[in-house]
Amino acid sequence: MLPALNPAHSFSVQSTARRLTGVIALLVILAAIALPWADLEIVQSEPWPELKRLGEGMLLPYWDDPAVLLESLGQTLAFALLAVTLSAPLGMALALIFHWRVIRWLCAAIRSVHELFWGLLLMQVFGLSATTGLLAILIPYSGVFAKVFAETLALQDKTPAHSISLKPRFANQLALWSYTRIPQALPALLSYTRYRFECALRSSAILGFIGLPTLGFHLETAFKQGLYSQAGALLWAFLILIGTLRYWLQPRLIPVYLVAAVWLLPETIGFSNSGYLWQFISQDIWPTPLLNGDLTGTFNWATRLWQEQAWPGLVQTVLLTQLALFLTLVITLIVYPVASQAIAGRLNARVGHVLLLVMRSTPEMMLAFVFMLLFGPSGLPAVLALAIHNGGLIGYLVARNSDTDERNRLDDPAGIARYAYIETPRQLPSLLAWLFYRWEVMLRESAIMGVLGITTLGFYIDSAFEEIRYDRAFFLILVTIALTMLVDGCSRWLRKKAGVEGAGG
Amino acid sequence: MSANHPPIFQLTDASLSYGQVQVLDNLHLLINEGEKVALLGPSGAGKSSLLNLLYQQRTEQCALCPQDNGLVDILSAYHNIFMGGLERYSTTASLWNLVRPLSRARSPIEAIAAQLGLHSELWKSADRLSGGQRQRVALGRALFRQKDTFLGDEPVSALDPVQAEALLRHVLQQHSTAVVCLHSPALALALFDRIIVMKAGRVELDQPAHQLTLANLKASYTANDHPDVFCNATTSKPSIISSPEACVTGKIQR
Repeated sequence: MLPALNPAHSFSVQSTARRLTGVIALLVILAAIALPWADLEIVQSEPWPELKRLGEGMLLPYWDDPAVLLESLGQTLAFALLAVTLSAPLGMALALIFHWRVIRWLCAAIRSVHELFWGLLLMQVFGLSATTGLLAILIPYSGVFAKVFAETLALQDKTPAHSISLKPRFANQLALWSYTRIPQALPALLSYTRYRFECALRSSAILGFIGLPTLGFHLETAFKQGLYSQAGALLWAFLILIGTLRYWLQPRLIPVYLVAAVWLLPETIGFSNSGYLWQFISQDIWPTPLLNGDLTGTFNWATRLWQEQAWPGLVQTVLLTQLALFLTLVITLIVYPVASQAIAGRLNARVGHVLLLVMRSTPEMMLAFVFMLLFGPSGLPAVLALAIHNGGLIGYLVARNSDTDERNRLDDPAGIARYAYIETPRQLPSLLAWLFYRWEVMLRESAIMGVLGITTLGFYIDSAFEEIRYDRAFFLILVTIALTMLVDGCSRWLRKKAGVEGAGG
Repeated sequence: MSANHPPIFQLTDASLSYGQVQVLDNLHLLINEGEKVALLGPSGAGKSSLLNLLYQQRTEQCALCPQDNGLVDILSAYHNIFMGGLERYSTTASLWNLVRPLSRARSPIEAIAAQLGLHSELWKSADRLSGGQRQRVALGRALFRQKDTFLGDEPVSALDPVQAEALLRHVLQQHSTAVVCLHSPALALALFDRIIVMKAGRVELDQPAHQLTLANLKASYTANDHPDVFCNATTSKPSIISSPEACVTGKIQR
C-alpha cells in the first residue's frame, strides 16, 4: 500500500522533503541531458607524471625573489580594496533608487559581464593601466552591491517607517531609510561587503590572466613554464592572505591600507588615450553595415555571427554550467560533513575547514587552467574547476550553518545517521538556495573560461578582441548579458517554487 | 528501598553551574524504579537542567522528550518518529528507510501514530504540522524509543487539557518509571505518585502526591524561605553518584 495521501490532495506533495527531492531530480535530469552534447573529451591521456610534479610543487613551494611576490600580492590587494571601497557606496546609492526599472536593468546588465570581459573591453581604451584594473572590478561590483543591498533593505521590518510621513523626494527617502531600514540591515550589509572583498581579491588575482600585474599574471607564467614550486608559493601566499583576512582587516586600519593601496598601484591612473574613448563607443563596437545605415546587411551580419559563433558558444556555456551545477551538489554533499562539528567532531572539523578554505579561495580560472594543463583543452577542466570551487564555498556555508544550529537534542544520533536524518535535511533548503544563487555565477564563469580555450562564449569574445573585431565582441557580450539575465530570472522562479527564498548574491 | 525497586537516579550534593549562573544547588535526589515523579516549579528553577542531568546518568535506559521538540522540519512525521528507534536498525536499513519506509518499522509507527491521533498526518512533513501535532510527534519519537524510563520536559504543554491528560496517561502506562516537568499542578496530582517542587535550583518540596492538595502546591510556588516546612526529602545514603561525563559545560560537585 502506498503511503496514505489524503484523496482530496492526491496530487499535492505533502512532504517538503519530497518537494526538494523533486527539485534535485530536475537538476539530475538537466545534467543527464547535457552530458552527451558537452565537449568533455580528455585530450591528454597521461596526466600522471605532470600531476606528480604539480603535487610536489604545491607541497614544496619555493620563491627566490620575495620582492616580486610581495609586490604582486600588494597590487592584487590594492585593486581589490580600492574597488570595493568605491563600489559599495555606489551600490548603496543605486539601491536607494532601485524602484526605477531602468536602474534595475542597468545593474543586471553590468553585473552580467564578468570582470575579465570588462578588463578586455577597458584595456582597448585605457591600456594595461590601473584604471583598467580598477574599473574592471568596480563596474560589475557596483551592480552586485546595488542588487544585494536593495534586496536586503527590502527585507527589513517596515513598521518603524509607518508613523513617519514625508514628501516622496530623494533626500527625504535617503533620510527616512537612514533611520529605519539601514540601521536594521547594517550587520547584513557589512558582512556581505566583507564577503565581496574576498571575491574582489580573487577577481583582482585573475585579472593577471589578461596582463595586469596582479597575482594571476605570475601564476600563469609559472604554470606555463612548469615552475610548479613557484606557482605553489604564489598560491599558498594567496590562500594565507585570504585565510587570515579577519585578523588583519581591522576597520580602524582600513584608511591606512587605502593610502598604501593608492601608492602601490601601477602608473597611469587616468586616461591613457582619452581621445580614443569616443571613437571606441561611437564607431568601433558597431558593425560596418549598421554604421552605413544598411539594415539588411546588419541583419545578415548578425545572423551569420549568431550561427557561427554566438549559438555554439551559448550552447556549450549552458551545457557546461548544467553539468557543473549537478557536480557542485554532489561535491557539497560529500565535503560539508568533514567541516561540520556535529558529524566530524571538533578537531576533525578544523582540518575540514582548511580543506574547504583551499577549495573556495582558489579562483576558478586558476583551477581550470591547472586542469587544462593536465587533461587538455576541453570542457572537463571547466566543469571540475567550477564544481570544486563552488562545492567548497557552499559546503563551508552549510557547515557553518550547521555548527550554529541550536536545535540539537541530547539523544540525537551520531555519524552517518546524523548526517542523513538531521544535518542534511535541516540544511537542504539553504543548500539549494545557495546553489541556485551560484547558478548565475557559474554561468558567467563558464562563459569566461573560453579565454582559456574551451569553446564557450568567452572563446569567441577573446578571439574577437585579438582580431580587433570589436563589433563582434560587443555583439557576443550582449548575448552573454541576455543569457545571464535569463538564467537569473529562472533561478529566481525556481527558488520561489522550491520555497527557498532570501537575499544574497 | 526494596530489591524489587532499585534506585534509578541518585544525586547527592549535586551542583551545576553554567559560567556564573548557578543552575542547581546542592541537590539530593533519589528516584526508584516504578516511581512516577512530577517536577513542578516556576520558570528558571532548573527543572530542564535537572532532567538533562538525569538523562546523562542513564542514557541507555531513558526516552527523552525535550521542551523544544527538536524535530527535523522537512522530514515527515513518520521519519521523525523513526529517529527514536535508530539504534535498533542497521545504518543501511536506516538510510533505505529515507527512500522507502521499512515494512518492519511501519506497523509499530503507524500504531503509535494512531494512539497519538496522528494517523492522517503521518506522511506530512513536520513544517506543515501545527504546534500541538509537532509535540505529539515528539512524544511519538520518545515512545518509539521503547525504553523503561520516560523523561519529559513539558511534553503536553501545547495540547488541550483533555488530550493532554489522555496522552500523558498513555505515556505513563508505557513506561515503568517517569520523571516529567510540568506546569500544571492539577495534572501532576491526577497522574503522578510523587511530586517535587523546585525553586532557584533547590528542592522546595518532595512528597507523595496523595499527601498534597492543590492549595499546598500553589503555596509552595510562592513560598520564600521555608524549605524545611514542606521538605520531607527521602534521605539517601551518601553513596556512588552520577557518571563523570554528565555535563559538558557545567560541573557536578560531590
